[in-house]
Amino acid sequence: MRFSDQFEARFADMLTHYPTKRSVLVPTLLYAQDEVGYLSDDVIRELAQRLDLTELEVHNVISYYSMLTTKPRGKFNVQVCTNIACLLRGGEELLEHCERKLGIGNKGTTADGMFTLEEVECIGACSWAPAVQVNYDFHENLTAEKLDKVLDEYRKN
Amino acid sequence: MADLVSHPDEVKVVSKRFGKGATNLDRYLELDGYKAVQKALGMQPDAIVNLVKDSGLRGRGGAGFNTGMKWSFVPKQSAKPKYILCNGDESEPGTCKDRLIFEHDPHSVIEGVVIAGIATGAHAGYVYIRGEYRYLLDIMQKAIKDAYARGFLGKNIFGSGYDFEVYWHGGAGAYEVGEESALMESLEGKRGIPRIRPPFPAVVGLWGGPTVINNAETLASVPHILLGGAEWFAKLGPPKNGGTRLFCLAGHVNRPGVYELPMGYNLKKMIYEVGGGISNGRKLKAVVPGGSSCPLLTADEIDVSMDFDSMMKAGSMLGSGGVVVVDDATCMVKFALRIMKFYQHESCGWCIPCREGTDWLKKTLTRFHHGGGVKKDIDNIQYLSENMLGRTFCPLGDAAAMPTISIVKKFRKEFEDHLEGKPCPFEKADVGEREPALA
Repeated sequence: MRFSDQFEARFADMLTHYPTKRSVLVPTLLYAQDEVGYLSDDVIRELAQRLDLTELEVHNVISYYSMLTTKPRGKFNVQVCTNIACLLRGGEELLEHCERKLGIGNKGTTADGMFTLEEVECIGACSWAPAVQVNYDFHENLTAEKLDKVLDEYRKN
Repeated sequence: MADLVSHPDEVKVVSKRFGKGATNLDRYLELDGYKAVQKALGMQPDAIVNLVKDSGLRGRGGAGFNTGMKWSFVPKQSAKPKYILCNGDESEPGTCKDRLIFEHDPHSVIEGVVIAGIATGAHAGYVYIRGEYRYLLDIMQKAIKDAYARGFLGKNIFGSGYDFEVYWHGGAGAYEVGEESALMESLEGKRGIPRIRPPFPAVVGLWGGPTVINNAETLASVPHILLGGAEWFAKLGPPKNGGTRLFCLAGHVNRPGVYELPMGYNLKKMIYEVGGGISNGRKLKAVVPGGSSCPLLTADEIDVSMDFDSMMKAGSMLGSGGVVVVDDATCMVKFALRIMKFYQHESCGWCIPCREGTDWLKKTLTRFHHGGGVKKDIDNIQYLSENMLGRTFCPLGDAAAMPTISIVKKFRKEFEDHLEGKPCPFEKADVGEREPALA
C-alpha cells in the first residue's frame, strides 16, 4: 500500500502530536480516503497495522463518521444540505433537481463515475443557504440554474 | 469564501479583523496580534483567570458557562499533562460563525489557546476543526506553522521560558463530536461516544489529564479581553453576559449573514432591522433563536434580549448564535420532522432513550406529516420527547426533545390540521411561492 509523499510526511508529523498513536486515526482516515477514493480493505489493513489496532477497531471508527466510506464514490461527491436553514431556502428542491439532472437517487453514483449525490446534514453555510458542498468546495446562495453551471464546470474537469 | 455583511449596530470585537487579511501573520501583528499573549506571559496565572471571570465571558458553544470559572476548576498540580482543546467542530444546525473566525482570524484562536494554557498551567493545546471545513484546516495548519517559525509557539515562547505547543486536528463528520466528552474521544482516535461525568474534563480529560475545552469563538474573545480589560468587555453586554456575539441570521430574512452584535441585543430588532425583515413580504411565524436544539419562539415572543439569562427566562436558550427565521408559509410539522430526522441521524446510539426516542419520533412525525396521523400521536410525540430529557450521557437527547416539545405546544393546531388523512395544508396552499428566496 503506497500513499503520496505528502501523506507520509503529514502522517509522520502527526504521530509526534499526541501521546498515543491511535489519536491520528480520524484525520488520517479522511486523508487516506481523499487519495484512494474510499477506505478499501487494503487501506484499513495498512492503517490498522501502522497504529497497532485491529482491522475491526478501524472499521468501528469508520462506521461512526459520516464522511468516511468503505464504498467507492464518484469523482465528485455532490453533498446537498437540506437541514433547517437550507430547507427554508430551497434545499430540498435543489436535491430533487440534482436527482433529476443526474438521474440518480440519494447516495447513488452516475454510470460514468463522475458524480455521487448525497443528502447531508448542516454543513455550516446557514447564512448563505441553500448550500452544496462538492468534495470540499462550498457553493452557496444557490438556485437550480446556478447549481447546473457549477456541476457543468466539474464535468469539464 | 463566505460573504461578509455589516450593519451600523454591530460592535466588532471578534470580527474586527474579518476581511483584513489577518491570516497573514505580519498583517495580524499590525492589527495588535500576539500582544495579548505577551501580556499574559507577564501576569500571574490566577490574575488571568480572574480577569476572564470578571469579564463575564460565557461559553459561545451554547452552554453559556462562565469561561474563567471553567478555567479555575483545573487543578494547580497534576501528575498528568494538562491540555487546552479548542472546539471547532461547529455543526449545530443554524450555526456558521466559527467558520468565519477560522477563515479570517485563525491566529486569534491560537492566541486564545495559548492564553488559556498560561492561565491553567498547560503546555499543549489542540484545535479541532470539523472534517467538512477542510479549507479551514488548511488555513489553521499554515497559521500554526507560521507562529512556530517566529518562536510564538514551541519552546520558550517569546523568550519567556514558557513552553507551549499547538496542534491542529481534523474531524470526519459527526455532530455529536461537538459535545465536549465525545470531542475528546474523537481526538483520541475513537468513535465519538460521550463519557459519563463526573469526573469533568477539567479534572480528567484528554488521555486522563486535566483539560479545558472551549468553543472557538470563546477562545477568540480572550485576547481582546486581555488587551481591553475585563470591565470594558463586561460592559458591552448586560450583567453577567459580557461581550458580543456572532449571530448567524438565516432562513426567511431579507439580509441573512453573520453579524456581531452586543450581548443582549433585542431579537425583534435583529430580525427586522439588522436582517431587513421577513423575505417575500411574508409574516413571521417562529424563530429558532440559537441553533436547532433550542425551543422555538413564536412571533409574539421575540421582544426579548439576546443574552443567556433573558433567553432562559423566555423559556428558550441563547445557544450557539444560530438564529433561523421561519415565515408563515412554513409547515411546522415538517419543520419538526426535519429537526428530528437530523437528531435521529446523529444519535450515536449509546444511550437507549436517545437512540430509540429519536427513531420513533422520526417515524411518527414522518407518518403524521404524510397524512397518516391519529389524534393520540400528538400527545405521544410530546410524551416521548419529555421522556428523553435528562436521561442521556450527553445533551443530544435533550437537544432533540426541546425543540420538538416547543413545536407541539406552540403549534398544536397545525398538527390537528394534518389529522384524518388530510394532506399537508402548507404544501398545497402556495406551491408557487415556495421557490428559494434569494437576495
